[in-house]
Amino acid sequence: MPSLIDLMLEGQLVQRHSPWPRAVVDASVWNFAASELARGRWSLLGLWGEPSTVHMAIMDEQTSEIAVVSLDCFDRAYPSVSQHHPPALRLERAVHDLFGLVAEGSSDTRSWLDHNRWGVRFPLGDRIDALPQASPYFFLPAEGDGLHQIAVGPVHAGTIEPGHFRFTTSGETVVRLEPRLGYAHKGIERLMMDASLVRAAQLAGRVSGDSTVAYALAFSRAVEAALEVMVPDRAVWLRALLAELERLAHHLGDIGGICNDASFALMHAHCSVLREDVLRASNAAFGHRLMRDIILPGGVTRDLDKDGTEAIQAALDNIRLRFPALIELYDNTASLQDRTVDAGVLKPALAAQYAAGGYTGRASGRSFDARRALAYPPYESLRFDVPILAEGDVNARVWIRIREVEQTLYLIDQILTRLPEGPLSIQAGVYCEPREGMAIVEGFRGDVMVWLRVRDGKIERCHLRDPSWFQWPLVEAAIEGNIVADFPLCNRSFNCAYSGHDL
Amino acid sequence: MRKLLFESLFRRPVTERAPSPDDAAVTELATAVAQAARRRLGRSLSIREVDAGSCNGCELEIHALSNAYYDVERFGIRFVASPRYADVLMVTGPVTKNMREALELTYDAVPNPKWVIAVGDCARDGGCFAGSYAVVGGVSEVVPVDLHIPGCPPTPTAMLKGLLALLERADAGATPT
Ligand code: SF4
Repeated sequence: MPSLIDLMLEGQLVQRHSPWPRAVVDASVWNFAASELARGRWSLLGLWGEPSTVHMAIMDEQTSEIAVVSLDCFDRAYPSVSQHHPPALRLERAVHDLFGLVAEGSSDTRSWLDHNRWGVRFPLGDRIDALPQASPYFFLPAEGDGLHQIAVGPVHAGTIEPGHFRFTTSGETVVRLEPRLGYAHKGIERLMMDASLVRAAQLAGRVSGDSTVAYALAFSRAVEAALEVMVPDRAVWLRALLAELERLAHHLGDIGGICNDASFALMHAHCSVLREDVLRASNAAFGHRLMRDIILPGGVTRDLDKDGTEAIQAALDNIRLRFPALIELYDNTASLQDRTVDAGVLKPALAAQYAAGGYTGRASGRSFDARRALAYPPYESLRFDVPILAEGDVNARVWIRIREVEQTLYLIDQILTRLPEGPLSIQAGVYCEPREGMAIVEGFRGDVMVWLRVRDGKIERCHLRDPSWFQWPLVEAAIEGNIVADFPLCNRSFNCAYSGHDL
Repeated sequence: MRKLLFESLFRRPVTERAPSPDDAAVTELATAVAQAARRRLGRSLSIREVDAGSCNGCELEIHALSNAYYDVERFGIRFVASPRYADVLMVTGPVTKNMREALELTYDAVPNPKWVIAVGDCARDGGCFAGSYAVVGGVSEVVPVDLHIPGCPPTPTAMLKGLLALLERADAGATPT
């Protein structure tokens, strides 16, 4: 059985691609990789385009090896990966909408991000004029006696992001859910082209508002990999502090939010107060409640002083004091458990096939956590557990978050005690030859991947992949057989990003 | 669990004092509503929020408005599920081209008289997404805007100030467009 390294040897290795290898391969190697993905030996990390090339990032979960294979698209086409391995489907549709490259053999050629409103087709490729008339979007049919459809969105009843959901139901039971996304598409990857590193970092931090630290970190690490920058220790540790504060705030928000969707508002009220404490501490420590624009290639822009440390410690102490009673409340409220146990079950096999990240994967038996598996600094020298459950229901996703809150408190303690002194950033060099870098970091929702090419101090091409690409299809699978009224609850337990996915 | 429920009934609320209305916001608002001052709205305001393509950062802070610290409902401000019950449309994001029509339809569904508040730097002029092929630009390119609350995202306090300014104008007898 060939390993990922063997696969690389089959192709032509690309120079100056860090830290994992990239190879330009031919169609047979590309197809071989797709078939191995389908066999479950490797996991798909991402699939993205350039004007006449497609790239695919692959991971061997046994060894945590990662590699990128690239295929030149003569005739603007390449063999579809999704015909073997369905998780690639929407990525291929997005590559087509942005670049006009055709995945030959794909079962679904409908547009995905392109709603025919941009006035231009293939905006990152040929840039040809849009079709004169928007063709209707055909949802996949579901047929049977007494089935009917319910259309929801893109504007929802609550304050949430835009997306359209088409439910096919039999009575109250959901037979099939098909979402249509792309409403939040802002053309970020196009804006990134030719952007300076600072401007691009600002854009990266705005891909998904709740993961601003994770994106800024992934982007900066990718740049640093490309330019071989060694970030000062203090900055490395402060970055981990920022990332853990972000995780903490959103996990607390989600735990409350899920309970609220199960009509248990008291949990929500208490969790929102704890969440707000974290945001205020973050503000006191770093000058911004969501900690936006603090991480840049080369380091961080703000130092942590004594007052900031105390504010964080006070927030943590308060959580330690109050959170256990909330866990007990969650655990002992039958009416709440009645809604969350056995609801929205995601089967472990499916989570593995889609390489689902974050609490979504870990609540369905997939142990991947980029902090542990890839052990990027400073996590390689921090102690923490990666909680895993196998039930895959809403309840399991809540419990993973609860356990991760505890682990994050523990991590922040370690970071604050061991935070090294020293400079905050280092200047990145400017090279006129193209250099490529890649990074994967663990955001609160799962693994955020960034791949980019830098030349002359500018971004030539940058691709940012949200964990939601692989989590949205799982929401669809998990809702099947549940009742429509449970959708908000199930959906909230996944809490997939719209903006992060739509880009 | 009972203990927590019980405590919740008697513990003093964590709500803080309301901030004073922001001067700049008042001025911006005053110009917008002055021409259309016809009818008193009263101290009650229903808001329909529309994400027209934001990064979701603004939404996070809008959510925070409802937590026990800010507790926006005590001002008579409520977030409602349908534009048809709303007095105010609160819009975030650089209005993506894919959301333009949905925003227009939502605006049309809000009964007159109505106000529009654009929340966040993106909502003013597209923010850092301005110039993209996929983005229209500020909210005012699509629907008339009465008040803009700047920030990326604006803090809950900044939003409260803006909302209070709106309410005070309404109380003083001004009517939206
Ligand atoms: S203003 Fe900032 S937080 Fe709000 S949508 Fe724009 S980028 Fe996101």
